[in-house]
Amino acid sequence: MILDAKIPQGPLAEKWSKHKFNLKLVNPANKRKYNVIVVGTGLAGASAAASLAELGYNVTAFCFQDSPRRAHSIAAQGGINAAKNYRNDGDSVYRLFYDTIKGGDYRAREGNVYRLAEVSVNIIDQCVAQGVPFAREYGGLLDNRSFGGAQVSRTFYARGQTGQQLLLGAFSALNRQIHEGKVKMYTRTEMLDVVVVDGHARGIVTRNLKTGAIETHAAHAVLLCTGGYSNVFYLSTNAIGSNVTAAWRAHKRGAYFANPCYTQIHPTCIPVTGTHQSKLTLMSESLRNDGRVWAPKTREVAEKLRKGEIKIENVKEEDRDYFLERKYPSFGNLVPRDVASRNAKEMVDDGRGVGGSGIAVFLDFRDAIERLGEETVKAKYGNLFDMYYQITDENPYKQPMRIYPAVHYTMGGLWVDYNLSTNIPGLYALGEANFSDHGANRLGASALMQGLADGYFVIPYTLGDYLATIGPKPVDKNHPAFEQTKKDVEAYVAKLLALKGNKTVVEYHRELGHIMWEYCGMARSEEGLIKARGLIQALKDDFWKNAIVVGQNEEINASLERAGRVADFIELGALMVEDALSRRESCGGHFRVESQTEEGEALRHDDEFAYVAAWEFKGENQPEELHKEELVYENVKLTQRSYK
Amino acid sequence: MSNANGTMNLTLKVWRQKNAQTAGKFVTYKAENISPDMSFLEMLDVVNESLILAKDEPIHFDHDCREGICGMCSLYINGRPHGPKRAITTCQLHMRSFSDGETITIEPWRAAAFPVVKDLATDRSAFDRIQQAGGYISVNTGGVPDANEIPIPKVIADEAFNSATCIQCGACVAACKNASAMLFTSAKITQLALLPQGQPERYRRVQSMVAQMDAEGFGSCTNTGACEAECPKEITLTNIARMNFDFFSAKLFREEEVHEVNHG
Amino acid sequence: MSELKQTFNSSLGKKLIMALTGLFLSVFLIVHLGGNLLLFSNDNGYSFNMYANFLTHFPPIEVIAYLLYLSIIVHAAYALILTINNRKARPVSYAVGTESPVSFSSKNMGLLGSILLLFIVIHMGDFWYQYKFTHNVGYKEYRTNVLTGERTVTAFTPEKPDFEHSMTYDGNTEITRVKDLHARVASSFSLLWYVVIYVIAMVALSFHLLHGFQSAFHTIGWVHRKYKPIYEFIGTWLFAVIIPLGFAAMPIVYYFQSLNK
Repeated sequence: MILDAKIPQGPLAEKWSKHKFNLKLVNPANKRKYNVIVVGTGLAGASAAASLAELGYNVTAFCFQDSPRRAHSIAAQGGINAAKNYRNDGDSVYRLFYDTIKGGDYRAREGNVYRLAEVSVNIIDQCVAQGVPFAREYGGLLDNRSFGGAQVSRTFYARGQTGQQLLLGAFSALNRQIHEGKVKMYTRTEMLDVVVVDGHARGIVTRNLKTGAIETHAAHAVLLCTGGYSNVFYLSTNAIGSNVTAAWRAHKRGAYFANPCYTQIHPTCIPVTGTHQSKLTLMSESLRNDGRVWAPKTREVAEKLRKGEIKIENVKEEDRDYFLERKYPSFGNLVPRDVASRNAKEMVDDGRGVGGSGIAVFLDFRDAIERLGEETVKAKYGNLFDMYYQITDENPYKQPMRIYPAVHYTMGGLWVDYNLSTNIPGLYALGEANFSDHGANRLGASALMQGLADGYFVIPYTLGDYLATIGPKPVDKNHPAFEQTKKDVEAYVAKLLALKGNKTVVEYHRELGHIMWEYCGMARSEEGLIKARGLIQALKDDFWKNAIVVGQNEEINASLERAGRVADFIELGALMVEDALSRRESCGGHFRVESQTEEGEALRHDDEFAYVAAWEFKGENQPEELHKEELVYENVKLTQRSYK
Repeated sequence: MSNANGTMNLTLKVWRQKNAQTAGKFVTYKAENISPDMSFLEMLDVVNESLILAKDEPIHFDHDCREGICGMCSLYINGRPHGPKRAITTCQLHMRSFSDGETITIEPWRAAAFPVVKDLATDRSAFDRIQQAGGYISVNTGGVPDANEIPIPKVIADEAFNSATCIQCGACVAACKNASAMLFTSAKITQLALLPQGQPERYRRVQSMVAQMDAEGFGSCTNTGACEAECPKEITLTNIARMNFDFFSAKLFREEEVHEVNHG
Repeated sequence: MSELKQTFNSSLGKKLIMALTGLFLSVFLIVHLGGNLLLFSNDNGYSFNMYANFLTHFPPIEVIAYLLYLSIIVHAAYALILTINNRKARPVSYAVGTESPVSFSSKNMGLLGSILLLFIVIHMGDFWYQYKFTHNVGYKEYRTNVLTGERTVTAFTPEKPDFEHSMTYDGNTEITRVKDLHARVASSFSLLWYVVIYVIAMVALSFHLLHGFQSAFHTIGWVHRKYKPIYEFIGTWLFAVIIPLGFAAMPIVYYFQSLNK
């Protein structure tokens, strides 16, 4: 099958406008005859559900949390990019487009990314109109900051909780539509399967997490806005509940999964303290603006530090290796996330890690405090310092922070075309759940932008085209596919509940995480990936023999919920390894040790790998089939990134 | 405070309740070899792992982001929502705040409007319904003015932001001796009432949201300030005063009508 | 009308009624204390008795007085209603009582208010009721020389039992005959248990107002950053310190005076 991304013809800047004109419209009187299912209520889901309901469609929305507002978009800290050029510093739609393509290491579609940059300006307007309290200057206008090493100040922010504020904006729009009766909201409800009728997505099967009731819901279209899959690594900055189940079950019903190996590792997270650790906490990237990253110059010093034989403040200046400043004199501590992360890993692998576990490097504010004074540092980073102190019980004003990279975001996801449609007609994927806009690496402050762009400004147009094409005839819920899919889900749940072995599901999750982090994390090798393939297969076999799931279906059962999610993560992990194996190049977040420059930097192979890898599920325990969507660059010239 | 091994042994008195229909009771558990670096929820994870290995039902509690922003975690620990420390959620509470040998009593939020769904988890959908009653600015997607066409004084924007930091956890209700939802409701109302964008619906909004709050069965406010003291985001009582003022202005001096109450 | 009814039936409306009646009662306390300071004027109860007589016989004051009684009843009744509703809002209580750092006053407004209500019943029963509705209070006749200001006092027994008061002139002498509430006060305040009740009630008043006065402003919604400290200051120093101290001083002083007689 040839994957058609349906990118409109014509000049880059006109593609979206022309496309919008060419899309079919649904007659206003007919809109109420259509039902649309939205799964997930983060930025993409809440904004899509609200916008579609405003247009007149009947929307049914689902989230597994107890309130739509708890979706993990809420946790984003830094900000949201928009090409407003309020700063008069040379920003433009084209520059945001260019930065995003380049930042994604030339593995994203030009058409999609340009559209993202184009609608970014509308997002800010929309959010302000909803009452989102962005940071402002004394003149009353919006403040901006430069973020993630960008050369222009285009990031809008709301202190350290931009994600929460944007989500509350979308949530309020959703609430309005719930009040109007245009959105029916199901909370504590998890989607477990997609119903496909004659090749079209026509509904979903859900489990009510309070009662265990397994139910079917029919609609003309299904939108998956279910976020990313970082939790395949067990420890990540994602919420405990974040999972791949909705996307994975859709994949098993035929939706292609694209670029699963593209994961983003964020360099400034609080390191792991022990096996009890359930998640990792990210600290804003902005810390690297003033903090200096270092590790002991020798293993001996590092070992003494780990054993507590010497104190950090007694490590002499010449025994400190400010490795980012040393290796990248022009960008220094502000190199992109993937570069900073990989270098920290190199230090630790070299035996120069610090902290009790030896799996951390220092982020030191000593010089910043000397230069700016403690008050200024406090004003800039006070809340982050407090958070660090709270978690580690170490005072970052007195001693350097310990940091280590952690999985943070997944660029891969369900394959979608320009209309955000998966290869199953009627099934759409929005936000982090799709793969489309970030290529192999996402720029800081672009996740929020993409989620809202998809939900507010893309899907309301593109979905209309599909709905107008299929017509408003009601979906027949009596079609045998509904009953069959429900039976499949019930059987699957029963199979999980029958697991009465001797190892907890969390234990399997932790082991999967170790395998993924070790062999499919910051650096990947053919040898390691092949080993991981075997380990994951063994883990999967063991899971279905020896895992324990307690309780029944007809009640709140966290053990059952977790088991289903972990089972899906194990299968996804296997696919990620396959994807990483087949991509024998380094690009963005995917670093293959076989493919590096003489200086140890990532080396792309554009002639061979400038494609989207879209994987097709071929049945249980069958190898998946790879489909390639060639990436065509008509506007930008592919270059090797350099931060020297 | 840990023992000589650097770990802690604790006794937990935990509220167990199968569902909203059945009666609950306290059950005592031992939590052993607990690291002071664990978060409170990670300590419960450890207890749950051992319960599952013994084929027992794990203790159910709501949690998700584990970084203090989603507002899902909600435990009443030794007489205080989110435990003994100020301005944090339960997931941000670490075991080093407790002592080796201590007995910790863990209860769910107690309020008629927050019925227990299982063990330590409650149904806080009343908060969603209060917001559905009017906690929004009625703008459709698209067709809005440029973001910088609405200048907002920094002091107002900052104040609105302070109200907007509410994470909807319900600690205010849990802490209040009257199980009142005034801090939550007023924070939501105040955020929009302060901003110019919120003005057109200001007096409708306050009436409909307060009506919904009352219909949900929350208590009233005695200005005691337990909510403020326990709010993980340190939202202040001033929000309540602001809401009151708007409410009385709306009811006594304005023409705006009220929404009907949703008994959902 | 139904909309107004709805307003005062809302939780906020009920609190507004509490706040307004509470503030009205607070203002009354200033007047009451001011008037009662006449107890300390060394004129054989002349000023105090005249003041009591004025309060009970000047019609506009009568109206305010009944408003006052109504306020007390409404304040107490709404407190009861709110308390019942608040209890309903938490049908299952916590096993571990609250450890939240909050003030004693604000947690115990109901208890403090109940003490005060009980006190008001005793207080009004003993003075107001006896003064207004019975003949158990004696009379005094004051003869004042309007030129010199010299005043003599004698007990007086009216011919008819429903005699209220009179003022006549005999040349340069003003003859005033009024009910002698002062004597009643003095005799009550000579009883130790009675003084103790008063002092306890004034402690309760202090704590009740320490929270109640500023809380009322909060309920009404007056919390301007610049003015809030002012009413907090007044609530603390005037209403929680000076007024209860002033009231408590009266029985204490009279009690010790009675010991010296």
